[in-house]
Amino acid sequence: MRHFKTMLYPYLVWIGIMIVVPMLMIVMYAFTQKGNDVTTFRFTLENFAYFFSDAIFLDVLKRSLWIAILTTIVCILLGYPTAYFIANARPNWHMRLVLLVTIPTWINMLVRTYAWMGILQDDGIINSFLGLFGLEPIKMLHTSFAVVLGMVYNFLPFMILQIHTSLTKMDKSLLEAANDLGADRVQRFLRVTLPLSMPGVISGITLVFLPAVSSFFIPKLLGGGQFVLIGNVIESQFLTSGNWNFGSAISMIMAVIIMISMYITKKVDRNVDERGV
Amino acid sequence: MKEKPRIFSKIWMAVLFAFFYAPILYIIVFSFNGNRSLTHLNGFSLQWYEKMFSSNDMMDAVFYTIAVALIATVVSTIVGTISAIGLSKSNKILKATVEHINDLPIMNPEIVTAIGLLMFFSALGVKKGFLTMVLAHIMFCTPYVMLSVSPKLRSLDPNLADACMDLGATPWQALLKVIVPQIMPGIISGALIAFTMSFDDFIISYFVTGNGVSNISILVYTMSKRVNPSINALSTIVILLITVVLLLINIIPMLKERKRVK
Repeated sequence: MRHFKTMLYPYLVWIGIMIVVPMLMIVMYAFTQKGNDVTTFRFTLENFAYFFSDAIFLDVLKRSLWIAILTTIVCILLGYPTAYFIANARPNWHMRLVLLVTIPTWINMLVRTYAWMGILQDDGIINSFLGLFGLEPIKMLHTSFAVVLGMVYNFLPFMILQIHTSLTKMDKSLLEAANDLGADRVQRFLRVTLPLSMPGVISGITLVFLPAVSSFFIPKLLGGGQFVLIGNVIESQFLTSGNWNFGSAISMIMAVIIMISMYITKKVDRNVDERGV
Repeated sequence: MKEKPRIFSKIWMAVLFAFFYAPILYIIVFSFNGNRSLTHLNGFSLQWYEKMFSSNDMMDAVFYTIAVALIATVVSTIVGTISAIGLSKSNKILKATVEHINDLPIMNPEIVTAIGLLMFFSALGVKKGFLTMVLAHIMFCTPYVMLSVSPKLRSLDPNLADACMDLGATPWQALLKVIVPQIMPGIISGALIAFTMSFDDFIISYFVTGNGVSNISILVYTMSKRVNPSINALSTIVILLITVVLLLINIIPMLKERKRVK
């Protein structure tokens, strides 16, 4: 039995090389000067200083955070009722509805985002439809509206599925108990269902905020060339301007921001919990 | 009183599913469009499908997508299963270390994993293309396979392998004839996750590939700048393929269940 342990050893080598080394390289590049190769290591904080001293980059950072927060809020507002309705649907419909939410997530995100380009165009389906009522076409493609819409569209299923899981795990007898104790529907929801489903909302926030803040193809396709988020800056540092040191520093800044946001989210959740008790 | 919320929830769900499926329907409908327009329908034609099948770029992308996905699925399923079995017998510190490292590609934004790999492959001087894409896909698929196999291993009796060997089985036989069949559902769902993750991947592939090797996602990204309805035709085929696989996965267990009941 003991020798099954050795079956893990090749994988240890593999993840050491393929996961740990690349991560260390990002850190190394972020803290070194441009023009270095792997062997000469010249420590510097210039890459970070450059980012925080430039108003353009700070604007990009602010815009990325704003778009990601907005996307997350919209996903909670749309996702919670949906998850709630699915959890309370008739049993024979339950699995079908979950499947219907899941299917779009299995289809290539790029393909689905590309579809919105055609729908939102100035002479696209929505504007043609508005035209039937004699309404002026609205410019939708290449606006922040289109970017948020694209993100909500791509990430909403994650929010729905997470909240749905926590709602179905809930012990239904708690609601009966609340009912027996004289709570009305609103009270039952606010004092029992909502607090118990918070873990689902929290993991939903993680699954929406994280890809939203780092996304680069949704702003590129739906926001147009001028709509730059932090992911686009990282992309251009690596694939066009070739400044890997600066690009690594930006992705470290992004990773730290994500960690801080996750920490705050969990902390807020805990405080809500304590108040509830 | 009770009917009102039911009607409201039905309308809500209908609007939501319209939102989810409108873009998918849009692609399918416009893939049969008679002209180049992406906004106005003009008769039925199969010209975009013909263009797609005669386009070398598109056929290459389809080939690379399927080839990478198949290799990455087979390798990551085997490696992931073997490693998960090893992990289940390891001590706490080793277990925690491996689980934390596995979490890195899952929890990090994909773009961070992608640039790490890009710099890593460049530092090694590996020629970017098919090989780097396959290696990268194996890297990010294996943790998902392990996540899917590990719970099945945890629910096994820890003395199962010893019992087999007491009855005369070699460790190899105990593994292949007893342990693996027991954890098969986990292995299969891990393989399915790996396949779809690899098949749909864009960000990591986009950064680690080179020398003209593209998968379907990269092709859509680079082609989306110009109007090209063949993308709709290609997308329709991708949509149909994934939907059929997904329905089969979900319906087969249901049918089996029904048979057992009868």
